[in-house]
Amino acid sequence: MDVRFVNAFLEGTLNVLKTMAFIEPRPGKPYLKQDNIAVGDISGIIGMTGAARGSLALSFSGSCILRVVSNMLGEEITDLNADIQDAVGEITNMISGAARKNLEAKGFNITAAIPTVVFGSGHSIIHVMGGPSIIIPFETDYGPFVVDICISDAKA
Amino acid sequence: MENKAIKILVVDDFATMRKVVRNLLKQIGYENIVEAEDGVSALKLLKSQKVDFIVSDWNMPNMTGLDLLKAVRADSELSATPFLMVTAEALQDNVVAAVRAGVSNYIVKPFTAETLNGKIQKIMEKI
Repeated sequence: MDVRFVNAFLEGTLNVLKTMAFIEPRPGKPYLKQDNIAVGDISGIIGMTGAARGSLALSFSGSCILRVVSNMLGEEITDLNADIQDAVGEITNMISGAARKNLEAKGFNITAAIPTVVFGSGHSIIHVMGGPSIIIPFETDYGPFVVDICISDAKA
Repeated sequence: MENKAIKILVVDDFATMRKVVRNLLKQIGYENIVEAEDGVSALKLLKSQKVDFIVSDWNMPNMTGLDLLKAVRADSELSATPFLMVTAEALQDNVVAAVRAGVSNYIVKPFTAETLNGKIQKIMEKI
């Protein structure tokens, strides 16, 4: 996968979580994911098309997303309720937007669909392009989450 | 002129984002806030009560923020209402389309209360 894609989603993730939730995640070493099983408890997925095609998924541990959304809303949320599901969709949308803006400056004009959210232990993440995806793991003081991307240059 | 008593309509299909924007508006002193979950509901609300300022998301089902903007500008009673477009992306084509449709300004998610305040002040100074 083109490293420009990886960097755009990495930077977008850091920017969105810092600005909206006042959390500064620590990125780990990216790795190749071979199966469809989600790493986290709740995931947001968004499809992208245009100069690059594929999908982005964010998969949060329960403890991490509870803190992220509590910070975003300025109120304590203690269970994975509708607010959390709604927020995961919006966070996915924002990270996709930030990354696509970054990639537009590099010549990739990419549009995105409406995000969907899935949750539950061991749920699946199916990328529209199929094949292995790249996982960027993140640690926070409140638990881990991952960015799971499967995207390629449409001309390639 | 700064007027914190103005009524602001926040339009977003994500309840969380409406709450986030409402919280940010309150942080910068705006308390008179109403909400709508999409463009269709927003237009209905705009017909039933006076709103001084619209903060609308771009990407929504049923009626997008751009379509809402066009409908507002085409309505003689609503056309002068300041309209701040909120978007997850500031792609060039979108910005051009929004400017052509008469957007007052736009703001890219994620944003801080300070950035939101700056955008609102910039629009209000022109009125």
